[in-house]
Amino acid sequence: MQPIFDLLALPVVQTTIWILVVTVSVILAVAFSVLFERKIIGWMQLRKGPNRVGSIFGFWPGVFQAFADVLKLLIKEVVVPAQANKVMFALAPIIALVPALATWAVVPLSPDLVIANIDAGLLYVLALTSTGIYGVIIAGWAANSKYAMLGAMRSAAQMVAYEIAMGFALVGVVMASGSLNLGAIVQQQAGGMLTWNIIWLFPLALVYIISGVAETNRLPFDVAEGESEIVAGFHVEYSGIAFALFFLAEYANMLLISALTAVFFFGGWLSPFDGYLPADNWLARPGFPWLGIKISAFMFFYFWLRATYPRYRYDQIMRLGWKVLIPITLVWIAVEGVMAHFGVGPWRAAG
Amino acid sequence: MLSNYLPILIYLAVATGVGVALLVIGALIGRYFTRYPDDVEKRSAYECGFEAFEDSRRRFDVRYYLVAILFIVFDLEIAFLFPWAVALDAIGSAGLVAMGIFLAILVVGFAYEWKKGALEWD
Repeated sequence: MQPIFDLLALPVVQTTIWILVVTVSVILAVAFSVLFERKIIGWMQLRKGPNRVGSIFGFWPGVFQAFADVLKLLIKEVVVPAQANKVMFALAPIIALVPALATWAVVPLSPDLVIANIDAGLLYVLALTSTGIYGVIIAGWAANSKYAMLGAMRSAAQMVAYEIAMGFALVGVVMASGSLNLGAIVQQQAGGMLTWNIIWLFPLALVYIISGVAETNRLPFDVAEGESEIVAGFHVEYSGIAFALFFLAEYANMLLISALTAVFFFGGWLSPFDGYLPADNWLARPGFPWLGIKISAFMFFYFWLRATYPRYRYDQIMRLGWKVLIPITLVWIAVEGVMAHFGVGPWRAAG
Repeated sequence: MLSNYLPILIYLAVATGVGVALLVIGALIGRYFTRYPDDVEKRSAYECGFEAFEDSRRRFDVRYYLVAILFIVFDLEIAFLFPWAVALDAIGSAGLVAMGIFLAILVVGFAYEWKKGALEWD
């Protein structure tokens, strides 16, 4: 047994174990998010939502719905269209999924748990979220179907437009914290609810959240799928587990955007009562539960949006991205630069 | 320093592994449960029940191309803004004014595009 324990003590092996733990947690979180979403939307429409699969002694009916769905998708054939580009067709779901999972490497989950504590964390996040777009474009191109092509074109233009707004919003965050390290960005917000970035960067936070919804192709910005116009958009030709991978990637991305919104604007793993209660009070202690609560709240917000708003028209989406969000961020970065220079607000003292 | 980046490499490998494993296992199981694996109709592209009468990779609206060009300009801009934002308290008023001029030039270009209708979708 001794060699096994020696092996387990190696940093590389421990990191790999943590990576597996985080990956499996994200996938499980996706499974329950799907259930959460269907239940929430069910209740908002005065329905019960899924209530058949897997009740535990009569409690929580429907709790295993997502697992039943996965099992069903697993035994369905992956139909590859005859005229499709086979290699690209198989590659696309993987390209969509990998960034959605791998970006979690730099998300600070608790004060002392982040898998890769790198200084260029934010650049890594931007780089990987942009890579995810390729999954969508390649899927639409490879399928060689008109609906898929339209969905891919739409989604590429939309994601590109909102990525700019998102990037500008993040520039504001970096100006406030002076670091690209996500852990440092959280640290800098320490001191209770009123020192979180949401207070002074409110317009940027708003822009970031809206861009996040657009970036993940969620309602009300889901014209890339738009089932009433182009059937299912870029993944119309995908079936079985290949479709499930896109689905997994979409929900993993939602969880990711929720976590990043919490990290950038809502103090990440910091407690909202930090600074108001004595430091040894359990409510003031920082830790993963706070991040978990914030992620769940943003997920609820996503589902709430879906149940409330009808889909935007495509020209409305592009107008919102280019003509509303980008000007807002440009103006606020200028305002923030001047404020930081004259020492107004909680910024670091300007040199 | 560089060893901080090793976990990222491992994570990328694990994520790729998860994706490939799921896809291969799912495809094999799906193949096993299929009744008509190579049905011609099943493998044709979905298009309202018709035969697809032309290749789908055809000409598309030039505005998508325009958006892509605009994206490159703005994305480069953001790439310039990040190091400036990190070093904000070290560069003082000279840095602020320099970035102000840089942003002003960009805003002029942005206003021009807006006026010319490059951002219109109708």
